[in-house]
Amino acid sequence: MTVLNKRSILKIAAISLVTAAALVACGKKEEAKPAAAPKAEPLKVAFVYVGPVGDGGWTFAHDNARKELEKQFGDKIVTTFVEKVPESADAERNFRDLASQGNKVIFGTTFGYMDPMLKVAADNKEIKFEHATGYKTADNLRTYDSRTYEGAYMAGVIAGKMTKTNTLGVVASIPIPEVIRNINTFTMGAQSVNPKVKTKVVWINEWFNPPKETEAATALINGGADVLMQNTDSSAVLQTAEKMGKRAFGWDSDMTAYGPKAHLGSAVINWAPYYIKSVGEALDGKWTTGQSWWGVKEGAIDMVNVATDVPDDIKKRVDEIKAGLKDGSFNIWKGPIVGQDGKEVLAKDVVADDKFLGGIKFYVKGVEGKVPN
Amino acid sequence: MLKLERRPEASERWRYGSPLLALLITVALGIGLFVLLGKDPVRGLQMFFWEPLKSAYALGELMVKATPLLIIALGLAVCFRSNVWNIGAEGQFVIGAVAAGGVALLADKETGRWIVVAVILAGVAGGMFWAAITAWLKDKFHANEILVSLMLVYVADMVLGYLVYGPWKDPAGYNFPQTKSFEAVTQIPRLMSGSRVSVGLILALVGVAAVWVFLFRTRSGFVQQVGGLAPSAARYAGFSSRKALWLALLTSGGAAGLTGALEVAGPIGQLTPYIPSGYGFAAIIVAYVGRLHPVGIVFSAVLMSMFYIGGELAQSRMGLPKSITGVFQGLLLFSLLACDTLVAYRLRWQSGRA
Amino acid sequence: MRHIGGIPIALAEREGLMESYALLIAATLNAGTVLAIAALGLLINEKVGVVNLGAEGMMLCAAIAGFAAVVHTGSDLAGFLAGMGAGALLGAIFGVMVIYLGTNQYATGLALSLFGVGFSAFVGISYVQEKLPPRTQFEIPFLADIPLVGAAFFKQHPLVYGVIAYVLALIWFLYKTRTGLVLRSVGESPESAHALGYSVRRIRFLAVMVGGALCGLSGAYISVVYTPLWVEGMVAGKGWIALALTTFATWRPARILLGAYLFGGVTMLQFHLQGLGVQVPSQFLSALPYLATIVVLALISRNPAWIRVNMPASLGKPFHPSS
Repeated sequence: MTVLNKRSILKIAAISLVTAAALVACGKKEEAKPAAAPKAEPLKVAFVYVGPVGDGGWTFAHDNARKELEKQFGDKIVTTFVEKVPESADAERNFRDLASQGNKVIFGTTFGYMDPMLKVAADNKEIKFEHATGYKTADNLRTYDSRTYEGAYMAGVIAGKMTKTNTLGVVASIPIPEVIRNINTFTMGAQSVNPKVKTKVVWINEWFNPPKETEAATALINGGADVLMQNTDSSAVLQTAEKMGKRAFGWDSDMTAYGPKAHLGSAVINWAPYYIKSVGEALDGKWTTGQSWWGVKEGAIDMVNVATDVPDDIKKRVDEIKAGLKDGSFNIWKGPIVGQDGKEVLAKDVVADDKFLGGIKFYVKGVEGKVPN
Repeated sequence: MLKLERRPEASERWRYGSPLLALLITVALGIGLFVLLGKDPVRGLQMFFWEPLKSAYALGELMVKATPLLIIALGLAVCFRSNVWNIGAEGQFVIGAVAAGGVALLADKETGRWIVVAVILAGVAGGMFWAAITAWLKDKFHANEILVSLMLVYVADMVLGYLVYGPWKDPAGYNFPQTKSFEAVTQIPRLMSGSRVSVGLILALVGVAAVWVFLFRTRSGFVQQVGGLAPSAARYAGFSSRKALWLALLTSGGAAGLTGALEVAGPIGQLTPYIPSGYGFAAIIVAYVGRLHPVGIVFSAVLMSMFYIGGELAQSRMGLPKSITGVFQGLLLFSLLACDTLVAYRLRWQSGRA
Repeated sequence: MRHIGGIPIALAEREGLMESYALLIAATLNAGTVLAIAALGLLINEKVGVVNLGAEGMMLCAAIAGFAAVVHTGSDLAGFLAGMGAGALLGAIFGVMVIYLGTNQYATGLALSLFGVGFSAFVGISYVQEKLPPRTQFEIPFLADIPLVGAAFFKQHPLVYGVIAYVLALIWFLYKTRTGLVLRSVGESPESAHALGYSVRRIRFLAVMVGGALCGLSGAYISVVYTPLWVEGMVAGKGWIALALTTFATWRPARILLGAYLFGGVTMLQFHLQGLGVQVPSQFLSALPYLATIVVLALISRNPAWIRVNMPASLGKPFHPSS
């Protein structure tokens, strides 16, 4: 008959604590041993992601590009990533830690990292910072973005032909110019082959929330849309379309596998060309600040895996658009473009410049509803 | 078989020993987890227990993380000791942040430094207001404060969302849901340059002393706790349970609101939809692990912060998943709750007899 | 009168509108089922006097367990069973702690929530890119072909009908059987039940396990049927809504079902209205279930007699047999 002895438990606890502390201290000493390799230090490159690597969408695309980067430069670089870093006070700490760990190029892949990155960049002038989708720069911080609207346009061309109800649906995230622009471009693309289409929009006010994306997609389909597009980061919209027998597009990454019957094509972002350029410049000492906005021309945007039942003339049209974007002969945002109220927002033959595109807060004719706030 | 037998009186030794044992159990399970994942357990432990402490900058970041937990937990300690279960500190934090942000937005380049005080007071008031709703519903309607305060957390999130997507949205912010950055003059002053630690830390430590004095050295503190420990005795002695209820909720609400102000006018510098960061819920654990004692809470706040920061470092330096932080924090609390049984009960081997 | 394909446009538009409302009803039934199953599990807990704040964590662990089971076996049934198993296991751990070790119910529930969120994310990492085999579209033959009504009510997953049957069975069990009476008495007055010779702790423990299994079923339904993928945190607060729902429905099974459809319908309604072009601040609509719960709570608690009739008296209080 044993009674757990308080005294002995406390003794054991104390000894364990001391042992653990000793272990930790010993482990620390190991870290202090000098590094072995005398050859050229690989360049340390770090990535900060807002979402999980497995989201199958936005972050997935960035991480795929990171892997391409590793393949390209081999052992000249070493990459690290941190995922699920929220756009809050925690972000700054993550960037600072990466900076203190010897990373020389740091990528921040969402808008909300803008101010934290600026602060950390100011304190680490020898490190190069790259901010995706931002608009503030510094001597050692530049921004980059992708012309997702080009992908949206090509999707629209396909959608316009494939819709039987002439109603398209978009599951939209947050009402910033980029997303509104994509809704508009999708509609414009569809109207170019089918002037009768209308677009309905549901805003979920988040970038990534699969259950909500599912509900939004369901509401759109219930409202009559039979081809969906999304500006959100998961494959839920495509999966919902698959389940309900409608069509949809993949977004950011190739989502064919998530809805083989529903999939019409994926408007993908390929960040690899930009990442390779950026790290290449850093390695060669030619990195300078600026703002980049890449599209089909630079290999950053593509429409892939177009479904086999899409008519050949549409497939040809998509290829023509890609070629036109590559050699500069085709402009998506070229007037006349009419707003919802019927007034012209872009006069005939006028080509919108990046400034115009960056501030879009209106819907074009054919989009139903009002822009939130 | 093992049987639980009530002790004649609570064991003092286990009152202190239980958190230590719980920590040990958590560490042991953690080592097991690291090994299972194929990671070096010693390095893993380093991330959590050494890295956050090893330099002045690291300690500063630790304080940045620990201060909000500490302040909210202090308020919750007063609350829980009064047997008022405020689970909605997160909502009070958010409304405090909203109120503080609202005042900060009023500032322009000409405003003087005094606005910082106004911002902080607004935060406290906001948190108190939100907690007062719970107090009033319990006072007037006997509504269960756990459920009400919890529901109000979600309502608070919606209020914040409505404001940053709507009336308070930065007109120059490209339609992103956030307010404009607050003027520099509204920033909570830092304690020293090179670190993000703010005077909030001073406030927190003052709070520790104040709560300690209140709980253990004043009559009203005594009255407050008797209401929690022995409600019938309290009623018999004529202590007002209504007063205790309001004091408890206003204190914890004010503390949470203060923290909201410090965060928003501190490291964040604007209102965004990402303000609710779970501090209100984590503080419940901090309060518990710290045994609802002000000094204990200081230690548990630091410990929880080490888990947070260690989790971030484990992710960026060892490739461990971020979710490991939640696993550890949950394990710690589970172990603590289990070990706490040993305070009131002892284990006995009972041979033969069923 | 303008025509399209022989049908007056106005009529065609009205038909389309009716059709979309029928589909809204269908979507609401689906969304409500998720909440109803979880809330019914929590109901059983609370009927015996135990509050389990760990619903969210349990549902997440069950969601990954269910998803993984379907990925590996291809069988939805395996997924549901795995989810129920995970829920029951976590419920059992919770039960041992609060019932046998006498730990504080709220703190233990919160710990379970926190742990469950982190653990499910952890375990689920390797499943994030996985897809399930194509989902079956269920419909009741003949009934599903009825215009409008068929689309609204008869094209649902079996569990949607299952939960309705379960509610009826539960009402019968709780209010018409002896065991149900014993269960309720444990919740109302554990001391009296104990004096009558019932093992209060064992009954509570079993109830907590069954409640956990139901929460688990709901979690599995989310990842296997509702949004067939795995992503961490995918339960997205439904566990907390289910907790609110149990209170909102004043601990009565039938009201839980109705309340579930109401709460589940709010998000669908919000999106439906958006699709129609109606602009309502989404935050207000999203806050409605919680505000409604607070109002109901205030109303039923106001009168101590009312509360005694509705809320299990021993809710939240530990029980120690003084043997």
